[in-house]
Amino acid sequence: MANSAHTAHAGHDDHHGAPKSFWQRWVVTTNHKDIGTLYLIFAGIMFFVGGAMAMVIRLELFQPGLQFVDPQFFNSMTTVHALVMIFGGMMPAWVGLANWMIPLQIGAPDMALPRMNNYSFWIMPFAFILLLSTLFTGSGAPAGGWTLYPPLVLQGGDSFPMAIFAIHMMGASSIMGAINVLVTIMNMRAPGMTLLRMPLFCWTWLITAYLLILVMPVLAGAVTMLLTDHFFGTSFFSASGGGDPVMFQHIFWFFGHPEVYVLILPSFGVVSEILPTFSRKRLFGYESMVYASAAIGFLSVIVWAHHMFTTGMPLAGQLFFMLTTMLIAVPTGVKVFNWSATMWKGSLSFEPPMLFAISFLFLFTIGGFSGLMLAIAPADFQYQDTYFVVAHFHYVLVPGALFAIIGAVYYWLPKWSGHMYNMTAAKWHFWLSTIFVNVLFFPQHFLGLAGMPRRIPDYSTQFADWNMVSSIGGFGFGLAQLMFPVIIWNCVKGGAKATDHVWEGTHGLEWEVPSPAPYHTWESAPSEALIAAGSPTGH
Amino acid sequence: MSSKSDSHDASIYYVPHGSPWPILGSVALFSLMMGAVSFLNEWAGGWAFLPGALMLAFMFFGWFSTVIGENQHGMYNLQVDKSFRMGMMWFIMSELMFFAAFFGALFYARQLSVPWIGGDGVKIFNKLLLWQNYSAAWPTNGPARLGGHADGSFETIHAFSLPAVNTAILLTSGVTITIAHHALREGNRKILGIFLALTWMLGFTFVYLQGTEYHEAYSELGLKLSTGIYGSTFFMLTGFHGLHVTIGAIMLLVIWLRCMRGHFTPERHFAFEAVAWYWHFVDVVWLILFVFVYWI
Repeated sequence: MANSAHTAHAGHDDHHGAPKSFWQRWVVTTNHKDIGTLYLIFAGIMFFVGGAMAMVIRLELFQPGLQFVDPQFFNSMTTVHALVMIFGGMMPAWVGLANWMIPLQIGAPDMALPRMNNYSFWIMPFAFILLLSTLFTGSGAPAGGWTLYPPLVLQGGDSFPMAIFAIHMMGASSIMGAINVLVTIMNMRAPGMTLLRMPLFCWTWLITAYLLILVMPVLAGAVTMLLTDHFFGTSFFSASGGGDPVMFQHIFWFFGHPEVYVLILPSFGVVSEILPTFSRKRLFGYESMVYASAAIGFLSVIVWAHHMFTTGMPLAGQLFFMLTTMLIAVPTGVKVFNWSATMWKGSLSFEPPMLFAISFLFLFTIGGFSGLMLAIAPADFQYQDTYFVVAHFHYVLVPGALFAIIGAVYYWLPKWSGHMYNMTAAKWHFWLSTIFVNVLFFPQHFLGLAGMPRRIPDYSTQFADWNMVSSIGGFGFGLAQLMFPVIIWNCVKGGAKATDHVWEGTHGLEWEVPSPAPYHTWESAPSEALIAAGSPTGH
Repeated sequence: MSSKSDSHDASIYYVPHGSPWPILGSVALFSLMMGAVSFLNEWAGGWAFLPGALMLAFMFFGWFSTVIGENQHGMYNLQVDKSFRMGMMWFIMSELMFFAAFFGALFYARQLSVPWIGGDGVKIFNKLLLWQNYSAAWPTNGPARLGGHADGSFETIHAFSLPAVNTAILLTSGVTITIAHHALREGNRKILGIFLALTWMLGFTFVYLQGTEYHEAYSELGLKLSTGIYGSTFFMLTGFHGLHVTIGAIMLLVIWLRCMRGHFTPERHFAFEAVAWYWHFVDVVWLILFVFVYWI
């Protein structure tokens, strides 16, 4: 049954196999799988570039005093680390996974707009050439923080317009990628693939796509205003001309807060796929998961000013943003309980994707709780701009979003490559990552509560102990990640043959095509019976 | 290059083979951005924009030619058509959000930052300690009276002078494109040609009048991009709108030329509709702009 739709078209597939020449295969390609691979490779490189910068930061913070880099360069590292990880690592990784998996999961032959798909990928390397080349300009890379607050950012040198235009390019790429995902899901689903039969990864990505279309243009507008304030004498963010620097923060965080949900929503989707598989159960509360994701998406656009409680906002504003922010805990709680209920009395096994998903569940929840603490405006006055904030967002982004990305790769890699990877090595990768990520970030809670400010290369000696622990965790985490490309490389080159279903408890259309997935899949739509059986609810 | 599928099956979603336009477009965009960086950092003169701009224009021409050619060969079934429609719709949505950032800046300045600078409410110390002589009122170029005439004053453009004429022009163009659309659906190519031509002419007329308005603002009214928050929001909103009208008018010109060549059928004319949607979007933005920038 599994491959009947496919084998009928086997000859057709051979006829339209992957092109031989490098140019045809990788540069001008319109194939969703190849573009997905390009995105993932690009994201992987950027993770290591951004990771190297994090190592510089932890090296400098290993001890108090200035040892290795000067403060300007340290500030460049924190700034560019964030921009590279968010725009170069996380987002392209998710777009890459969407490219690979969404057409497979909804029974579509490709993405809806394949040429634009290629365009949205190829803009990215050029955008990062522009951004990273700022490291070699006379004035150094941007050092005002990734949030680009004026007036500080306006004091940047030659690197300032380079960073702005790099952000414009990334924004254009993201908008195109989001439109493509949205149109693919709305228009390319196989007959019978109703919205409430879609896997949660498609659902969360759909909501992510809406968010991206809503907020990326606002970021473009915000940085354009920075550009004109710097070069053309406008006064958007200057009080002497009637503007307000805080206005930038409002516009920026109108983008910035939904942006963090752009990074985490697809993670929710991935975890909602992995946990049922290795619990050998259906996802608990599928529909409530969909509605919770939509609720989170909606709430994410009305909470932005919780990043700005200390700017002197009116009391009504503080109350509004505090309460709406805490409200997010409700749909997020629905998700956490549903994941737990999915595992409850399941027949659990602990393959690497499952390990990363469970780790996500615990550690993301810690990040969520510290987020609730930060949401309380009077308490935030104390935490604002300390290492507590750094600990919070790294908990949601590293053992949160990044672990979900790694879990997703370990989950679907056999489907992509046709081989199983080295399970023992991958479990080592998991345990080292999970232990070191906690050694790295948990002490930062203590540092923040004790008053250590973020984005400072030097600190008072009372913070020395936990900084050293954190740095050791950082180096360990960084080194452990070197295992990841090696495991992937070995898996792509060879290994035990993967079955079509790969794992025992899988459901979904992506497991109904051969492993490795042929160059073209679902050229004729899967049958409705197959779709119904593979849906998260089983009907 | 682009795919040539002789035995194309209309029941199958058309997935194009490799295309060189996206990579060329990426190089073009990078060159344009590098050109802008070089210009702004004074590494090079205005010519630095040229290579990127030319490449980008070539890319758009080539990419659209490819798509139009494929379309004329009937390679796009109705599902592909729907993808294009949805893509265009969400692109317009993203454009709307781009304008929302600048409208947000305008509303924030008018409702919050300017009154605060003037000492409104709990911000009374701004008045007492920082800017005693500043009384907050819109329009303003801020307590430092930036830009404007030599004495720091400036005048604004009256809503019911040239802007009202421009409003009438855009609204009329919205009517003419609708007449053209009805003519297209009824197969009346002559009316289609006339009213579509009228539409793009009205579009370019708008741009021309906007240009004369800018000239007046700079040369006589003391209203410049640097004239405080009023000048900033005024020129940013009208400027980006004017840019979009220019792009829209060029798009109208292109589909008019295609109509003259006999493209589009009463049933299938996505490009026409996409341009019409875009034109209405530009129209709606103008109406919001007319009310909040010029009028009240």
